[in-house]
Amino acid sequence: MENQIFELQYALDTFYFLICGAFVMWMAAGFAMLEAGLVRSKNTTEILTKNVALYAVACTMYMICGYSIMYGGGEFSAFLSGIVADGVAGAEEPATYAPSADFFFQVVFVATAMSIVSGAVAERMKLWAFLAFAVVMTGFIYPMEGAWTWGGQAVFGMYTLGDLGFSDFAGSGIVHMAGAAAALAGVILLGARDGKYTSDGKPKAIPGANLPLATLGTFILWLGWFGFNGGSVLATASVESANSVAVVFMNTNAAAAGGLIAALVVARILFGKADLTMALNGALAGLVAITAEPSTPTPALATLFGAAGGVLVVFSILTLDKMKIDDPVGAISVHGVVGLLGLLLVPVTNGENASFSGQLIGAATIFVWVFVTSFIVWFALKTIMGIRVSPEEEFEGVDMSECGMEAYPEFTN
Amino acid sequence: MKLITAIIKPFKIDDVRDSLSGIGIQGMTVTEVKGFGRQKGHTELYRGAEYNVDFMPKIKIEVAVSDAILDQTLEVITESANNGKVGDGKIFVTELNQVIRIRTGETGEEAI
Repeated sequence: MENQIFELQYALDTFYFLICGAFVMWMAAGFAMLEAGLVRSKNTTEILTKNVALYAVACTMYMICGYSIMYGGGEFSAFLSGIVADGVAGAEEPATYAPSADFFFQVVFVATAMSIVSGAVAERMKLWAFLAFAVVMTGFIYPMEGAWTWGGQAVFGMYTLGDLGFSDFAGSGIVHMAGAAAALAGVILLGARDGKYTSDGKPKAIPGANLPLATLGTFILWLGWFGFNGGSVLATASVESANSVAVVFMNTNAAAAGGLIAALVVARILFGKADLTMALNGALAGLVAITAEPSTPTPALATLFGAAGGVLVVFSILTLDKMKIDDPVGAISVHGVVGLLGLLLVPVTNGENASFSGQLIGAATIFVWVFVTSFIVWFALKTIMGIRVSPEEEFEGVDMSECGMEAYPEFTN
Repeated sequence: MKLITAIIKPFKIDDVRDSLSGIGIQGMTVTEVKGFGRQKGHTELYRGAEYNVDFMPKIKIEVAVSDAILDQTLEVITESANNGKVGDGKIFVTELNQVIRIRTGETGEEAI
């Protein structure tokens, strides 16, 4: 009887893990639609190509070496050779879910981190330079900081973040801020899009081509986030974990709603009209803000945390615009600036497992590591093959120069 | 024969069409166009940054008429497209040398 209950729990937790992983995989569609909506139509095919290709690259690189670097506990085994089919028979401590389900859940997270980069460098970066970066980011840069955080390893043998009071439930810092740090390094080396700034340095708007797609993408991300945060409870087959999952779903949803309302209202006050794209960024900011700790706040606090993210993201986008950091979709603000906010909010409701100093050290560790290594890789790519298309290609649209096809061809024969 | 080219505000197209039909005009060609006159353009905000809308959307109507009903047609268009505001549009009248109905080969006022 006891064995049967254990088997049932194993099956249920594994099933839950896999479904949540599939939800997070669906976030790749959300990023693709959001980014396709916020770029100009002449760059649609290329941004879609980047999104599908980076997903595939992330899955492959994480399988080849990323997962082992992150969770191998210091022992390296390529191609998932350490993963056994049966988590009960194979592990020293019997797991409550299949090890391959754990890989599947983790691999879609690295794809999310990489998806963040593609939006920020949109409309001007070379496709193959971007994919070359994706190989290093998903195979090495992300797994290394993942090993120091969720993997429990010491940072170059110096200090262990968990002991210092660092806690990041589902990855406000580990996934989102890391993706944004890599994006920031790329954008700094890449420069702004032609036409983004007037000759006297004033930012100009470059409106996105398809706001229905951007809205659909945001809804898809909102849905996928239930898997992202909900799955990070790692179990559901007990009263305690089922309750925790339900709280996480509730708070994740509340934070997104709070973020959207806050951003919509702030944009209305600042600009005089309801800016849809800011509202969409606000929902995502709310989600990023709650991701570091969705299990301990009350729903009212979760809404407030989300709203804080929604307000912050609008001002962050305006500030980065002024600093000539051209981010067509607002990815650095949504995932980076608000990701940091999410980390710093953890001790407010979960003082037992996290401290402000621990969160700050963790955030600094992740940011410095990802930013510096990314900068080096982007710089190497810039030197070797160039990372930016020519001004003429940029004017024509990277759809033609990189992919040779338009998203909406007309007058072709 | 004259060719009338009227540039009007898009929301007035149904009024103009109905009133032209009302005086027996049997055909017209309509094009969506963009341009500016005294109304000029305006600026909008996208994600907090300004962009210019230099060319306003307008509707261009082309009607061919005989000299006999020219004045009446112009009067009807002016009246039905008038909104009393800058940006209501303009009407251009040009000499029309020839009209041919492709199906029958009729020419001149017969073909209008």
